[in-house]
Amino acid sequence: MKLTIQSPGPLTTVQDLGRWGWQAIGMPVSGAMDAPALVRGNILLGNPDGAAGLEMTMTGPTVSFDGDGAVAITGADLQPRINSTPVANWTVLNVKSGDVLSFAGACGKGFRAYLCVSGGVDVPPVMGSRSTYMKAKIGGLEGRKLAKDDVLMTGEGGSFVVGATCPENLRPDYSNAPLRTVLGPQDDYIKPEGIKTFFESEYKISSSSDRMGTRMEGDKLIEHVKGPDIVSDAIPMGAVQIPGQGLPIVMMADRQTTGGYVKIGVVHAIDVARLSQFMPGSSVRFTKITQEQGIEISKSEANMLNMLRAHVAQAHSRPAAPPVGAGGGHSQQQSGAMNIIVNGEKFFVTWERLS
Amino acid sequence: MDTFKAKILPAGETCLFVDFGEKIDMKINSLVQGLKRALTEKPFEGMRELVPTYRSLSVYFDPLTVDLKALNERLATELETVADVLDDEKTSASEIRVPVFFGGEFGPDLGDVAEHTKLTVEEVIKRYCESPLYCFMNGFTPGFPYLGGMDKSLETPRLKNPREFIPANSVAIGGAQAGAYSIASPGGWRIIGRVPYELYDPNRDPAVAIQAGMWVRFYPVDMARYKEIEEQAKAGTYKIEYGQRGAVA
Repeated sequence: MKLTIQSPGPLTTVQDLGRWGWQAIGMPVSGAMDAPALVRGNILLGNPDGAAGLEMTMTGPTVSFDGDGAVAITGADLQPRINSTPVANWTVLNVKSGDVLSFAGACGKGFRAYLCVSGGVDVPPVMGSRSTYMKAKIGGLEGRKLAKDDVLMTGEGGSFVVGATCPENLRPDYSNAPLRTVLGPQDDYIKPEGIKTFFESEYKISSSSDRMGTRMEGDKLIEHVKGPDIVSDAIPMGAVQIPGQGLPIVMMADRQTTGGYVKIGVVHAIDVARLSQFMPGSSVRFTKITQEQGIEISKSEANMLNMLRAHVAQAHSRPAAPPVGAGGGHSQQQSGAMNIIVNGEKFFVTWERLS
Repeated sequence: MDTFKAKILPAGETCLFVDFGEKIDMKINSLVQGLKRALTEKPFEGMRELVPTYRSLSVYFDPLTVDLKALNERLATELETVADVLDDEKTSASEIRVPVFFGGEFGPDLGDVAEHTKLTVEEVIKRYCESPLYCFMNGFTPGFPYLGGMDKSLETPRLKNPREFIPANSVAIGGAQAGAYSIASPGGWRIIGRVPYELYDPNRDPAVAIQAGMWVRFYPVDMARYKEIEEQAKAGTYKIEYGQRGAVA
């Protein structure tokens, strides 16, 4: 399948789960800001978890398709339409040559969505990843955000069931619950009152936030014991830096690998993804967890993904079942598409109910 | 060896920091590299990535497969023996020799550095190249090496107004540190020369020429040799000059 960008929207980039393994040489990880959303889209489509998709923001792009295939749109609701007809998020959708996907735009809950495609977006991997890192101009399409008339090819797809959907209870939590944070590694560089301030304050997301970091605004400043500067060390995903002005910055997907500010704590990856959907001006709080509790949260996310895999496998065994939670009221699926293998040869089959 | 107290610190659900002390110090950094080597040679279950910095080793792991208690114990055990690796490091440290064309349009600040340090341009180049430079870490941008050990007489403050564009592979002085811009970027260090090949090339192995834990020796080349190396690098035939420290090239 071929995707052509008719209009790119404010920021559309190719992202996968990031360029891991190269932080030692100063290469940022990058990857999808809301990784749990990208993974769910890929599971629905029978792709590897880390297949590349498009990260779309706010008003989203307009994309036309050549060739038949399947897509799933996950993350924030940007109100997707195919050929101007509203379609469901979190659901495998069949697309045919000439179809046009567009978006009416973010409608309150979050502003980053993922266009996952059967087979993944096939751009050349750079250092093991297709993620776009714009600052070093690598990955994705020529290391940049997508522009009008860009063309992207998809890879070879796995098997999927059109209409298969991610049930609501298996979708990421997009509530504004406090961000679960493990203290350290430099919490002892902060005065005890500062730690209290950090966990008791309500912060507002600053408009100068980006894929690198989410800045917070607030009234009460966090004081350092000696000052905000340290001899540089590493910055994990979700690290909460407290620079001299005394307000937190949560480090996101495009964070630099190392930095010289005190890190009071590290927000859990799942909550970093949730935070990436908070609009500037939203309120946010932090809450303390232990490292062991953090690991348990990661395990329950893995468990949810396994439940989704089981759910998708079930849809395979009942290919003509009505799509769950989509199409409201249709008792039977009207059409579909799937990859099948006959005598070792792979075929893409579309079908339509005639009676 | 001096006694030191390394700390194992939590850094979220995917990482532990092993912090050797908040200093820019050869011994501390050698211990960081020593621990990195020990874990690389015998990885633990769930090990994801090791990131050495000036003063700590960040140990990234997969939260789904790690045994956190076992990992803490393993790190504590490694810390007891990491000193031996430090001694080993002295004899087997690797060195990279890096050709540089100094001055001219490739080194627009060379004259200012000479003026500030009250040395001749020739003397600046000589002392820069004779400095026992050591790469403490890579950071800032992909492949940027933070080099310690520069001759103190060469210290020159950073520009008050950083440049918006510094070409890739520019060799620089920033205060007491030496470094090289691995990709084109803004920056405030004093630019004194340029390397004829890409210090960072994602399609090459190694992608980054100057890596943490290496000794670095710059040497001057004339424009003819610069062009020659540049051509070879473009054709993919240039071999980065790696060797043992102190070995004759």
